[in-house]
Amino acid sequence: MTSTTELHNNDATSSSNDSFLQGVKDCVPTLLGYISIGLAFGVVGSASGLSVLEIALLTILIYAGSAQFIFCALLLTSSPASAIIVTIFVVNLRHLLMSLTLAPHFTRYSMLRNVGFGTLLTDETFGVAVTKQMQTGKLYGKWMDGLNITAYTFWILSCITGAFLGQWVANPEKWGLDFALIAMFIALLVLQLSSIGKSKIMHYIKLIGYMAVIMYGLSYIVPSHVAVLLATVIVATIGVVTDK
Amino acid sequence: MTTTSYMVWLIIGCALVTWLPRVIPFIFVRSVTLPDVVLKWLSFIPVCILSALVIENLLDTDSGKVVTLDWPAFVTFVPTLIIAIVTKSLSITVVAGVIIMAAVRFLM
Repeated sequence: MTSTTELHNNDATSSSNDSFLQGVKDCVPTLLGYISIGLAFGVVGSASGLSVLEIALLTILIYAGSAQFIFCALLLTSSPASAIIVTIFVVNLRHLLMSLTLAPHFTRYSMLRNVGFGTLLTDETFGVAVTKQMQTGKLYGKWMDGLNITAYTFWILSCITGAFLGQWVANPEKWGLDFALIAMFIALLVLQLSSIGKSKIMHYIKLIGYMAVIMYGLSYIVPSHVAVLLATVIVATIGVVTDK
Repeated sequence: MTTTSYMVWLIIGCALVTWLPRVIPFIFVRSVTLPDVVLKWLSFIPVCILSALVIENLLDTDSGKVVTLDWPAFVTFVPTLIIAIVTKSLSITVVAGVIIMAAVRFLM
């Protein structure tokens, strides 16, 4: 009797964790971030002289907020194509680490589906997925698709809407919308830390301390997106070395 | 609704270099079992990368020779962090963060 109930419970949890709809629901809290940053990008893009078509192409094909903003900035300084491509590569190289972190949880799915998971990976979907993995212990394909496709759709719609709004709204920062992304990173960090056991929390707090010092130091020598990448590699290594 | 072939190729080039780092691990990890020490290293990546992204946004690297705190961002960061710790909610934290930032920009 008990075993049947447990089995049913397990079925219920795994089916809700493996549902597309659950993925969509888990994406909802991040949507304000996508919408505000997307609108801001559209506005900035049209202010940089990009057409709506170009903004749409950038959004659909590149699908990375920071890379898209930097694309506009470099275009305005009329940088050569090679410099733009190399910079964009470095700015987004952090996704290699995120993708490497998530990939071991999806090895049971086909190659094609894995390519799909990777293609739609962003900072935010990464944050939501690692938090889910911490809480439930397992990640499912349909759930991941629900999360990814919702995020992708809202990002595209927001950027294009922003491109049209560009003629009227000049300054989205005034309304604090640029902080949506940072607030999201803060919340995801807190959720990560709160799902780590009490015994390990001090270790992680120390690592964040190292992170602050290393980020500050690196900010003098390299651009901030390179600092993010280097500091992550350095501090994760310190984490392994100092782990008991 | 116009563009040039130069722009289309530039966008495709950028798309390729942002796509490859995202996809290669998903293809590669399927055929290789990662050693334990690498998995352990990867387990530190979420907290490291999220804290790096937060700290990046709290530093002002543009205004002067000395890197300082971006004060409006830092003043917003403190209450937003407290709200995140208390509520443990992504949506509440994001909405509160935006409202606090708007208020801080209005007052500072």
